[in-house]
Amino acid sequence: MSGNVIEAQNLTKRYDGATVVKGVSFAVEQGEIFGLLGPNGAGKTTTILMLLGLSDISDGTARVLGHDPEREPLAVKRRVGYLPDQVGFYDNLSAADNLRYIGRLIGLEAEEREDKIAASLAHVGLAEVADHRVHTFSRGMRQRLGLAEILLKDAEIAILDEPTSGLDPHATLELLDIIRDLKHKRGVTVLLSSHLLDRVQSVCDRVALFSAGNIVLLGTVAELGRQVLGGGFNVEVEAIGTGLAERLRTIPGVGKVEAAGPNRVRLLADRDVRSEAAAAVVAAGGKLLRLSVEEPSLEAIYTNYFHIAAHQDGGRYAA
Amino acid sequence: MRREGSALHGLGVVTLKELADHFTSARVIVLQMLVVLIAVATIYVATEQIKDTTAEDQFLFLKLFTTSREPLPSFVAFLSFLVPLIAIGLGFDAVNGEHNRRTLSRILAQPIYRDALLFGKFLAGVYTLAISLIVLWLLVIGLGLIRLGIPPNTEEMARALIFLLVSIAYAGVWLALALLFSIIFRSAATAALVTLGLWLFLSLIWPTLAPLVAVSLAPTTDEETLILAAQYLSRLSPGTMFGEVVLAILNPSTRSLGPIYLSQLQGAVMGAPLPLTESLMIAWPQIVGLIAGSILLFVVGYVVFQRQEVRA
Repeated sequence: MSGNVIEAQNLTKRYDGATVVKGVSFAVEQGEIFGLLGPNGAGKTTTILMLLGLSDISDGTARVLGHDPEREPLAVKRRVGYLPDQVGFYDNLSAADNLRYIGRLIGLEAEEREDKIAASLAHVGLAEVADHRVHTFSRGMRQRLGLAEILLKDAEIAILDEPTSGLDPHATLELLDIIRDLKHKRGVTVLLSSHLLDRVQSVCDRVALFSAGNIVLLGTVAELGRQVLGGGFNVEVEAIGTGLAERLRTIPGVGKVEAAGPNRVRLLADRDVRSEAAAAVVAAGGKLLRLSVEEPSLEAIYTNYFHIAAHQDGGRYAA
Repeated sequence: MRREGSALHGLGVVTLKELADHFTSARVIVLQMLVVLIAVATIYVATEQIKDTTAEDQFLFLKLFTTSREPLPSFVAFLSFLVPLIAIGLGFDAVNGEHNRRTLSRILAQPIYRDALLFGKFLAGVYTLAISLIVLWLLVIGLGLIRLGIPPNTEEMARALIFLLVSIAYAGVWLALALLFSIIFRSAATAALVTLGLWLFLSLIWPTLAPLVAVSLAPTTDEETLILAAQYLSRLSPGTMFGEVVLAILNPSTRSLGPIYLSQLQGAVMGAPLPLTESLMIAWPQIVGLIAGSILLFVVGYVVFQRQEVRA
């Protein structure tokens, strides 16, 4: 099966007189990892809650696996797994007991429930602590337990809100591995929100950039790179020699040359110009020390976008 | 707009889980031990008093509940004071606890409606209170049998049973109130303090304040009207209503819960007990009031909860 599993059309949320989500539209295809990115308070969590039927939709429509989350929330929630921001568990119960409660709520029969609980705990690496009380768990373990819950549910879509926030680098990597597994081994569609960009970049097929309740950019990371950074390729040259900058500027495709440190220049180009740059340095009698290309990073897109937006805003106010 | 599926889907699961939580929580165990200790003490004292003073009484066994001896109050008085405390203890962090543990959105993302979660929590509280009160009731009857050495007759048992059911309804009112405040206030401490404050106000201050309020509000100096107004006002306190029901049910010679007019006493045999059905008729408005009160408070809480945003 392919096609869109989540469709949002002009989704709007107003409360207390403020419009928190201002008519966002996007679609998530079956089997992809889709990222909602943006600063805190940009409307990511509210959008997620509307998709799950946990928050009323003020305007617009949403379809999750063909169901309307407002009218058929149970059908949606039966097939979608949700890991909330800073997920909480019943601390006085063990990991397995927490999952047992969820298993009963889903309506699994006892035998199937126990099998699935054991399997999902093993999948996220918590089998050994299954009978430990959750209050002894670290943040990373809680997040993994949250993912175990999604596995227990056999969810077709996993919605993860800030899954990696507050985790140490090691725990983050482990979690991202499990998220990748969801997609590759189980064919689960993943919708995740985050403000941690470099991590998200490594797992997301497509991203939507949120700002103040709007989706301002949408597409693959490479597409966004072209859109925002223009050139998209950042080639860094470290070399000793004179007049290198002028020489490098003449390479076709290079838009801009800027100093990036002692003996270092950064070339902004619309393609990978490493070989030409190397040839130019050698031709000028310089000593090439290092040559690297940076792929467009979400971090750069993000800061660049908001930098530009802030400038435009500033200009408007000044005028 | 119609929602698909039953609103109560998952109710049983939630109720059982909450019930298990209650019965394993230190809070409930401590409160129950307190109640049992007090029950044993008051019944011991009551039986001593009954042995010393009562010669013959058709409803000797019911005196077990209502007899007091300085410095301890009667079992009923203790119960009307302690039942709210247990109910509040069970309910004050029911919903805001889920918020603060950040479990609410995770639970509500399962295929159940909010209705089931809230109703399950209320039911679990009522079951816990009912089980505790039934055990306590059996304990008291048993102690009474041993200490007094006479078995209760059928009517006494019937009256004692009604008393038990009314106690559960009374507990339900306080549970619904605690649940309501646990929905309104995000902090469990605030919810507990507000509920306890209201409890102290309604149980201790309001009964004495009601006549003053009646005098200041009623545009009349007619004594009779003022007394009636004060009584109606004081019935805003569940404690007052409970006290009135207990008086009518456990004291069969009670003929009226309001003022009695001389005309009504004509032909009455003073001190003669009323039949059970008559006693029940006298207390019926109060019994209905207690049940209606808990339903009303629960509904208010339900409406607030349905409209609340899930995110913290």
